[in-house]
Amino acid sequence: MNHSSSAVELKNVVKKFDEVTAVDDIDLTIGDGEFFSLLGPSGCGKTTTLRMIAGLELPTAGSVLIHGEEMGLKPPNKRPVNTVFQNYALFPHMTVAGNIEFGLQMQKVPKEERSELIEWAINLVEMDGLSHRKPTQLSGGQQQRVALARALVNRPEVLLLDEPLGALDLKLRQQMQIELKNLQREVGITFIYVTHDQEEAVTMSDRIGVMHEGKLLQIGTPEDIYERPTTRFVADFIGRSNFLEATVASENEVVLSNGDRLQLQSDHETGESVAITVRPERLTIHKKRENSTNQHQIDGVVDSVVYLGNAIVYSIAIDWMKLEVRSSETSNSRYSIGDEVTVSFDPSYVSVVSG
Amino acid sequence: MNKGAALSTAEPKGASRWALRMHSLLIYVFFYAPIVVLVVYSFNDAQLVGDWRGFSLGWYEAFLDNDNIQESIWISVKVCIASTVISVVLGTMAALSLERFRWWGQKAFDAVLYLPIIIPDVTMAVMMLAFFNETSQLLNLIPGVDLSAGLEKLVFSHVAFNISFVSVVVRARLANLDATMEEAASDLYANRWQTFRRVTLPQIMPGIIGGALLAITLSLDDVVVSSFVASVGGTPISVYVFGLARKGVTPLINAVSVVMLSASMLLILASLGFQRATQFAREEK
Repeated sequence: MNHSSSAVELKNVVKKFDEVTAVDDIDLTIGDGEFFSLLGPSGCGKTTTLRMIAGLELPTAGSVLIHGEEMGLKPPNKRPVNTVFQNYALFPHMTVAGNIEFGLQMQKVPKEERSELIEWAINLVEMDGLSHRKPTQLSGGQQQRVALARALVNRPEVLLLDEPLGALDLKLRQQMQIELKNLQREVGITFIYVTHDQEEAVTMSDRIGVMHEGKLLQIGTPEDIYERPTTRFVADFIGRSNFLEATVASENEVVLSNGDRLQLQSDHETGESVAITVRPERLTIHKKRENSTNQHQIDGVVDSVVYLGNAIVYSIAIDWMKLEVRSSETSNSRYSIGDEVTVSFDPSYVSVVSG
Repeated sequence: MNKGAALSTAEPKGASRWALRMHSLLIYVFFYAPIVVLVVYSFNDAQLVGDWRGFSLGWYEAFLDNDNIQESIWISVKVCIASTVISVVLGTMAALSLERFRWWGQKAFDAVLYLPIIIPDVTMAVMMLAFFNETSQLLNLIPGVDLSAGLEKLVFSHVAFNISFVSVVVRARLANLDATMEEAASDLYANRWQTFRRVTLPQIMPGIIGGALLAITLSLDDVVVSSFVASVGGTPISVYVFGLARKGVTPLINAVSVVMLSASMLLILASLGFQRATQFAREEK
C-alpha cells in the first residue's frame, strides 16, 4: 500500500497512562475507503488507539498520519476525522437537526448548504420526520442513527466508530451491522471500527486488526484471521478452536504428542513446542478405520453429543485430549456416546501457533 | 401483587388519614404562621409589635419617610448584584477548573475553596476585617476601587463567601455532565470556547442559576460579616434592621420586612414565569 492511498497510518505508536502501557508500539496502515476493525477484549488498547487517531488522546511516542499528513499535537477540531461515540454523546439540549448541524456551523458552512447537507444526512440514516425531536425522545437505535448522521454530515476523510452498536439488542445490532456496511459502501469513507465482538468484525470488515494487551497481534482479512491465525490468542478469540500440542521437527514438519508427523509450514524454530489449531467444523468424523484419502487421521471415542438443530457438536476423546468436532450432518450417520470413531482433517486448514 | 406497593399507592384510611392531615397542617402552620404574624403586625397602629391597636398604614409611611432605610436597601441591592455577578463568574470558573482539568495544587485549592462554607461567620468576619486593614492600600490601587466608601469592602467580602457556594452547586451539575459530550463537540470542529459556549454552558445553566439564587440570598441575608466590614454611611439593610431591633422592635421593622418579602416573592415569580416562557418557546420550536 503506497503513501497516497493510505487513509491512516500509525508508526510505532505508544500510549502510556502513568506506568501502564495501554498501546504498545503499534504499526498500522489503513487504506483509503477501507472498512477496518480493531478487535480485541476490553482493556486491549483498541479504544485508546482510536482516540489517538481522533486526537482525543495524544501518543506518548510515535506518530499518527492522516492521508500522509502528520497529526502531531493537533487537537480533535483540527483533524479531518469524525467519531461515533460508544454512548453516542448526543447534545441533549439540541434537536436532532441541531445535533447534525453543529459540526457544519463550527466549520462555518453557509446556511443553505447546511440545510441541504442536513437533509442528505437525515435521509441517509432514514430518520425523516424526526428532525425536531430531542435525543431523549428517541430510542437507542434512533439515537445511534443520529450519532452517525452527525458525524457523516461533515464528510470526514475517516469515520471512527467506538463500539457504536454495543448498547443495542441483538436483533437490532445485526440489522445495523448490515446497514453500516451498506452505508460505508455508499459514502465511500474509510471506517475504523472498534469492537470486542468478533462476529461483528468478521461480518463487516475488509480487514481486521486483532489487539491484545496493547499489542497488534495480527492484521488480515476476516478469512485470514479465521482460517490462518498466527497466534494462539487470535485463534482462541475468534471462533472456537482445538489446540493440539506439537513440536517443530523441521521447517515443514511438526510432530504431534502421539508421534504422528504432519507436513506443515511454520517459521518456528526446530524443537520449539507449538500448538496446531484446527476449527471444529474443519474436523470430519468417520466410522473407525473408514478411510479418507490425503487427510490426517486420529482415532478416538465419542465422549458427548450436543444437538444444535443446524449442527451437532461432538466431543471426541483421543489419547491425550478431547477434540471438539462440529458436524453439519444432522440426520445420517449420527454417532452416540461410546462409539469408536476416527477424526480426520485436511492439513491445509491447520495453523501452527506458539504453544 | 406486592403488598407494600399496594399500600404505598392507596389512600390512607381512618385514623392514619386524619393523623397525616394534621401533620401536614402543622408543618404549614410552622412555616407560615410567623410570616402571617409579621405581615399582620406591620399594619399595627402601635409603638410596640406585640400590642395590637388597630389597622394603620403609618409604619409604611414611616418607611417611605426614612431615607436611611431606603439608602440601606439600595446599598444591599447594589452589593448583592455586584457580588452575585462576580461570584457566579469566578465560582463557575473554579468549578470548571476542578472538574475538567488536572493541575498542580488542585487538591489544596479544592480544600481551601470550601472553607467559607465550614468556618463560622464570625471567624470569616474577623478575617475579612483583618484582611482589609492589612491590604486596604493595595486594594485601593485597583482602578475605581475606594475601600473607604465601604461598598467595595462589602462586595469583596460577599464574593469571598459566595464563590464557595456557587462553585459547589455548579460543580455538582458539572459532575453529572458526561465529559464525552465535550469531546464530541471538539470532534465536531468546535474549539474550546465554542465547546463551552454551545455545549457545556447550556447544560450547566440550571446549576449556575441555582448558584446565583443562593448567592443573592446569602448576600441579602448576611448580617455578621457585613456588620464587621460596613463603614459608617454604608450600612446594608440587614445590618440596619438588626440595629433597629436592638433599640426595640417596632412595627417599622415589620413593614420593612414585608417590603423585602414582597420584592423577593416578585423576583421568584418573575423567574418562574421566565422559565415557563422559555420552555414553551423551546417546545413550540
